[in-house]
Amino acid sequence: MSKTLKYSAVAAALGTLQAGPALAAWDLNLRVGVTELSREIYGLHMLILWICVAIAVAVFGVMVYSIVKFRRSAHPEPATFSHNTKAEIIWTIIPVVILVAMAIPAAETLVKIEDTRNSELTIKVTGYQWKWHYDYVGAGVNFFSTLDKESNAARQPNSGVAPEDVENYLLAVDNPLVVPVDTKVRVLLTAGDVLHAWWVPDFGMKKDAIPGFVNEIWFKADVPGTYRGQCAELCGRDHGFMPVVVEVRSKEDYAAWLAEKQAAASPAAAPAAAANVPATNLTIDGAIASVAKAE
Amino acid sequence: MSSVHSVSAAAADHAHDHAHEDHGAPTGWRRWLFATNHKDIGTMYLLFSLIMFFIGGAMAMIIRAELFQPGLQLVDPGFFNMMTTVHALVMVFGAVMPATVGLANWMLPLQVGAPDMALPRMNNFSFWLLVAAFTLLILSLFVPGGGPAAGWTLYPPLVIQTGNSLPMAIFAIHLAGASSIMGSINIIVTIMNLRAPGMSLLKMPLFTWTWLITAYLLIAVMPVFAGAVTMVLTDHFFGTTFFSATGGGDPVLYQHVFWFFGHPEVYIMILPAFGIVSEIIPTFSRKPLFGYDAMVFATASIAFLSFIVWAHHMFTTGMPLAGEMFFMLSTMLIAVPTGVKVFNWTATMWRGSLTFEPPMLFSLSFLFLFTIGGFSGLMMSIAPVDFQYHDTYFIVAHFHYVLVPGAVFAIMAGVYYWLPKWTGHMYSMTLAKWHFWLSTIFVNILFFPQHFLGLAGMPRRIPDYATQFAEFNMISSIGAFGFGLSQLLFAYIIWACVRGGEKASDKVWDGADPHGLEWTVPSPAPHHTFDVPPVVK
Repeated sequence: MSKTLKYSAVAAALGTLQAGPALAAWDLNLRVGVTELSREIYGLHMLILWICVAIAVAVFGVMVYSIVKFRRSAHPEPATFSHNTKAEIIWTIIPVVILVAMAIPAAETLVKIEDTRNSELTIKVTGYQWKWHYDYVGAGVNFFSTLDKESNAARQPNSGVAPEDVENYLLAVDNPLVVPVDTKVRVLLTAGDVLHAWWVPDFGMKKDAIPGFVNEIWFKADVPGTYRGQCAELCGRDHGFMPVVVEVRSKEDYAAWLAEKQAAASPAAAPAAAANVPATNLTIDGAIASVAKAE
Repeated sequence: MSSVHSVSAAAADHAHDHAHEDHGAPTGWRRWLFATNHKDIGTMYLLFSLIMFFIGGAMAMIIRAELFQPGLQLVDPGFFNMMTTVHALVMVFGAVMPATVGLANWMLPLQVGAPDMALPRMNNFSFWLLVAAFTLLILSLFVPGGGPAAGWTLYPPLVIQTGNSLPMAIFAIHLAGASSIMGSINIIVTIMNLRAPGMSLLKMPLFTWTWLITAYLLIAVMPVFAGAVTMVLTDHFFGTTFFSATGGGDPVLYQHVFWFFGHPEVYIMILPAFGIVSEIIPTFSRKPLFGYDAMVFATASIAFLSFIVWAHHMFTTGMPLAGEMFFMLSTMLIAVPTGVKVFNWTATMWRGSLTFEPPMLFSLSFLFLFTIGGFSGLMMSIAPVDFQYHDTYFIVAHFHYVLVPGAVFAIMAGVYYWLPKWTGHMYSMTLAKWHFWLSTIFVNILFFPQHFLGLAGMPRRIPDYATQFAEFNMISSIGAFGFGLSQLLFAYIIWACVRGGEKASDKVWDGADPHGLEWTVPSPAPHHTFDVPPVVK
C-alpha cells in the first residue's frame, strides 16, 4: 500500500473526506452533505463522536489496565475498599459538565432547523404506498415520483438481473424532484395512507409524513447535483422501494424546467393528473394553501 | 401446603435432609404443569426463553440471509417484514424478559432467604399464560394475510392493514402483559414480605434490588401498552378513530402512548442485567461491589428518567421545538447514572484479584460492549443529529449492542454463574470459554458494521438495498451466521451440565460473597430451601 493510499484510507476513516454526490462503498461516516444544516449536523456528529472516543479511551483504558494488572496471578491479594466519596462525586460531575457542553451547540442547531420562515419556494410532498407525490404549491406543477423501471425490474424476486448492473439500483426514480440551488426550500410533508418519512441524507434532514397532518422542514442546497435518499419509516411491503431523488439545478435551469412543466400541465391534462391521486388521499390541500398564503 | 398424594420416590430422593417435605410433590408431567415450586417454574421460564431465543434467532437468520447480498433472492418483502416484526416481539417478550424472570424465580427466594415465591399458584399461571401468548403469536404467522408485519412497534395506520393475525398478535400481547404483571406482583410481594430476618432493603443483593425496581416499572407500563394495542383493536374492528385523522384521531398519539411503555421497557430488559453483572464482577474480582448505595440510587434514577424520555424515539414526528429540547436534555441526563454504574463496576475491579471464568468473561464483554451501545445512545440523544440517525441501521446497531452483548450476554453470564447451583454440576469451562470467544467475536462482526451502514444512509427494515451497502451487509450476515451457530454450543453446554459433570461445591466460586445466602445452600439447591428463615446479621 502506497503512502498516499494509506493516508487517504486514514482520512476516510476519520470522515474528513468530502462526501460528494457519488456514493462510494465502504463508507464509514455520516455524509457532510450540501446544505448549511447538514454541515452543522455533521459538525455536531463529529464533536460528540470524538467526545465518546475520548471517554472510551479513558474508561476502556482503565478496564484493560485492571484486567491485566489486577489479574490474580499478578495481584493475589485483593484490596477491600468499597467506597470513595471523592471519586464518586468527580465521576458524577464531569459527565454533567460534558453534557452541558454538548447541549449548547445542539440546541442552537435545533433552533435553526425548526426555523422555516422566509422560504422562497414551498413544495408539498405526499407519501403513498409506495411512491411520492410532489406539488409545487401555487405553481400548478405536480407529479408522482416512483422507483425507475430498471430498478423495479431488477428487484423482482429472482429477476436474473444483477443489481450491480443497474445504475443507482433502488435509488433512481422516474420523475425526480427539481429544485433551484441557493434557495430556501420549504417542504410540507403529509401522507395519503400510512406513515412515511422523507429523507435525503445530503440535506441532513428527515421527517415523517403523517396522514392528516402537515410537517415541515427546510433545506437550502448550495451545490448543484443529484441527491438520493429513501423512505425511512416502515410503510408496508414495498417500503424499501420508494426512493427520494432530488435534482438541484442552477436557478436558470430550474426556471426553464418549471416553465416547461407548466406548459405541459395544460388545462386539458390537469383533470387526468388529479384523477391519478388515490381515493384515500385526505383533502388537506386547503390547509396547505392557507399555510402557504400566511407566509 | 397439604396434599393427599403420597410421597413419591423422586420426591423422597430430593428430600434427603428435608424431613418436612412430606406433602408429595407431583411427579412426571404434573410436576411441571401444576408446578408451584419457584425452582421448577424458574427452570421452565429459562427453558422457554432458550427455545424462544432460537426461534427468534432463526428469524434473524432469515433476515440476514436475505440481506446477504443486494437483490431479492429468498423471501417476499411482505414476509421479510413479518420476520423483522416477529423476531423483535419474540426476542423482547419471549426471550429476554422471560429469561430474567426465570433467573428471578430461581434466585430471588435464594437471595432473600425465602422458602418460595410469595404467590406460587399465580407464579404457575403467569408462566403458562406466556406459553399461550407465544403459541398464539407464532401461529399468527400461518393465518390468511400472514403474520404481523408493521414492525414490533405496531404503528398505525400501517398496523391496521394487518390481516387476520392482528387480533391474534394483540391478544398475545395482552396475555404476555398479564403474565408480566402477575410475575411483577409476585416479585414485589416476595421481596417486600419474605426477606430473611435482618435483611434490610439496603442489605439486599443487587440482583434483587434491580428486579424490585424492574417489577415496579413493569406494573407501571404494561397496562399502558395493553391500552394502546386495545385502541388499535377497536380502530380496526369497531370503527373508532383513536389513531386516524379521518375521525379526529392522531397516528402520533399511538407513538406517544407506545413509547411511554416502550422506553421503560428497554430498562425492564437491562436493569436485571445490571443486577446480574453487579453480582458477578465482585465475585471474580474478590472484592466487594464498589459504591453499593450509589448503584441502588443510580438504578432508581434510571428507572425514574425512563418515564420522561419517551419522545426521543419520535424526534422526526414533528414535535414542537420545546418538546424536542425537553426530550433531548432529559435523554442526555440518563448518561449520568449509567456512567456511575460503569465507573463503579470498573472501580470494583480496581486493585481486585481477577480471574476469568465464563461468567466473568461474559460480564466483561457486557461491560465493554454495553458501553459502546451507551455511546451510540448518547449520540442519538442529540436531536439535530438524530434527524440523520433515526430509522437507519445506526439505530439497529445501537439497540442490538445494548440488547445482545448487553442484556443477552448478562443473562448468559448469569446462567454460567448459577448453573452449578441449579444442577449441582460444573459445566465444561473449556467449552464455555469457546462459547464466549465465538459469541464476542461474531457479535461484533454482526453489529459493528451496521453503524457504518446507518451512517452511510441505509434505512432499517428494508429487504433489499442499494449496491453501495453490499460489503458491510455481507460482513454483518457472516457475523450473524457465526453468532447463531455459536449459540448451539450454549444449548449443548447447558444440556451436558444438567446430565452430569464434576460435583459443584456449595459455594461454587471461591470468590463468591460468603454472606450471599444462595451460596449457603447445597448444590444442587434442594427442592425446598429456607423452610426455616436464615438470620442475616
